Amino acid sequence: MADLSIDIRALVKRHGAMLAVDHVSLQIRRGEFFSLLGPSGAGKTSLLRMLAGFETPDAGDILIDGRSMAGVPPNRRPVNLVFQSYALFPHMSVAENVAFGLEMKRLPRGEIAERVGATLDLVRLQDKRDRLPAQLSGGEQQRVALARALVNRPAVVLLDEPLAALDQQLRQQMQTELKTIQAQVGLTFVCVTHHQEEALALSDRLAVMQQGRVMQVGRPEDLYERPENLVVARFVGVSNEVCGTLADVQAGEGNLLPSEVSSSRGIRVSVPAGLQSGVPVVVTVRPERIRITPGHVADAGANCLHGVVETIHYIGSEWQGVVRIGQSVRWTIHASNATSGSRPVAIGAPVSLQWNSADGVVIPLT
Amino acid sequence: MNPWSSSKEAAAGLCSRFGGWRLLGPGLLWTTVFCLLPMVVVLAVSLATRGTYGGVVWEFSLDNYRDLLHPLYGRIFGQSLLLAGMTTGMCLALGFPLAYYIARLPPRRQALWLIFIMIPFWTNFLVRTYAWIFILRTEGLLNTVLMQLQLISTPLDLLYSNQAVLLGLVYGYLPFMVLPLYAAIERIDPALIEAAWDLYADRWSLFRRVLIPLTKPGIIAGCVLVFIPSLGAYLTPDLLGGARSMMVGNLIQHEYLVARDWPLGSALSILLMLIVMGSLLWYFNAQSPQIRERGEQ
Repeated sequence: MADLSIDIRALVKRHGAMLAVDHVSLQIRRGEFFSLLGPSGAGKTSLLRMLAGFETPDAGDILIDGRSMAGVPPNRRPVNLVFQSYALFPHMSVAENVAFGLEMKRLPRGEIAERVGATLDLVRLQDKRDRLPAQLSGGEQQRVALARALVNRPAVVLLDEPLAALDQQLRQQMQTELKTIQAQVGLTFVCVTHHQEEALALSDRLAVMQQGRVMQVGRPEDLYERPENLVVARFVGVSNEVCGTLADVQAGEGNLLPSEVSSSRGIRVSVPAGLQSGVPVVVTVRPERIRITPGHVADAGANCLHGVVETIHYIGSEWQGVVRIGQSVRWTIHASNATSGSRPVAIGAPVSLQWNSADGVVIPLT
Repeated sequence: MNPWSSSKEAAAGLCSRFGGWRLLGPGLLWTTVFCLLPMVVVLAVSLATRGTYGGVVWEFSLDNYRDLLHPLYGRIFGQSLLLAGMTTGMCLALGFPLAYYIARLPPRRQALWLIFIMIPFWTNFLVRTYAWIFILRTEGLLNTVLMQLQLISTPLDLLYSNQAVLLGLVYGYLPFMVLPLYAAIERIDPALIEAAWDLYADRWSLFRRVLIPLTKPGIIAGCVLVFIPSLGAYLTPDLLGGARSMMVGNLIQHEYLVARDWPLGSALSILLMLIVMGSLLWYFNAQSPQIRERGEQ
């Protein structure tokens, strides 16, 4: 694979007795926007710091552009990190901050000035070049931090929670900008985040991590539409789940006999290859694939579960609520607000939840 | 918008309500009696004449200041400035790595190291200087050990030299350098050091481009705290320098107590004070650009 930017091979990092990174192997392609997504303590920051060279792996290796990074200190690596706190040098102007890496590489003055100018144009900070970091807004500081990495044209740009310090509106704006800039410069970006929407919006591909392990790697739509395990199903989007055992498996189709909810004729599901009848599984359905009908109606072709509305609230673009469908089984529903602002169902009302069998994802319980 | 304006107004209100002078009174009295008055006396004596058998004759004269131009005094002042400067330089060279090391330790170990730095203060400075005499003298600890190890055949002449004075001064004032440096380095966000490293900086560049500018107030404070007392040092050169090394402090003591020439001693004191005030002015000027920057934000 010639277009491989980063090759992480069975990487292990221990923090005391805890395995922070547990035999992680990942291939990241050149020019790709790759995210490491996971809750705090998942090991994604450790992984990033090992890529930057600030932490040393206990086992395994990292190859960047085919070259092993073992024993290579941070100042000799072809990577640049955009710090979560930005870590801009407070005593240097914007332009001096951006020029720092090139000066350390001892490039000729003329080239430094040219590249700093071009990079400041790219992040639209040319008019603020003589300001000190403390005189900039959060979003501007973010762009300086990004420019300070990009100007070196590293093999990989590492981003540690790049948008975490920004407020919601700025976040959306910077998200678009970050993606645009990445497409323009064509460098490999590796981004650590715990914010799943951000990861989905930014990434070409992403890895979901938990407790030091990679749970699944894929494009955003792969992870959202076809989660391979409950960790991914629950961390990427909202997961409505029902447990049971498989029955009548035939040609990729089958029935789920649910254990915690009552269903008149079982639940039709698409069965991934390798699963047979009698296997305990969980079926997960995304809220927006569920059709909500008032009253307990008979199913008409699609899967149907009956329940009672427990809460419903208005968030503007849609209604979100919780429906109890079993003794202790609650599903989250999203009802579109496309037609009017009126409440689609009342609290305490009986409803039917229907979805197509193709929209339920079967995950084996191990 | 000036962030100080509101507190200034509040202070002004407080002063007018209680009467500014009455509030200032105790502090002013203290400063006048213990600081201003003695200085006025010294200044007055420096402008008087020496009596035939010592003492002061109140007869105005600038002779004492004219006497300061004598090359001997110039040499002693020059030597004092050189020794104080070297002491400051060595304290900085030794103190910065030490302060950096301590500031990067986990907090608990930092406290332990800071205690180590401060433990010598629990013992009298005079006693500690005597300990150096014990170590450095001809039959002292250092010479005995070196001769036992057969590294030298005859004892080294270590005590009563400028080198011994320098050693004693560096030893005595190193903590005054380490503590402000530690405070300055400890405040630096570790991410800034990592950022410099990530941006291809080597150790020297990290030090020169990032650490020095960010710890400048601490460096200046440490230098002032070491330079000023070592310039006026009396005890260390007296005990470790002997007759071969004289600093301004010893000269002043000599004029007052041995030569019984109070007016000349006073003139020397005034000159020393002017030099110290000059270096303090430089210190405040070096600090002020940063204060101005902060004010603008």
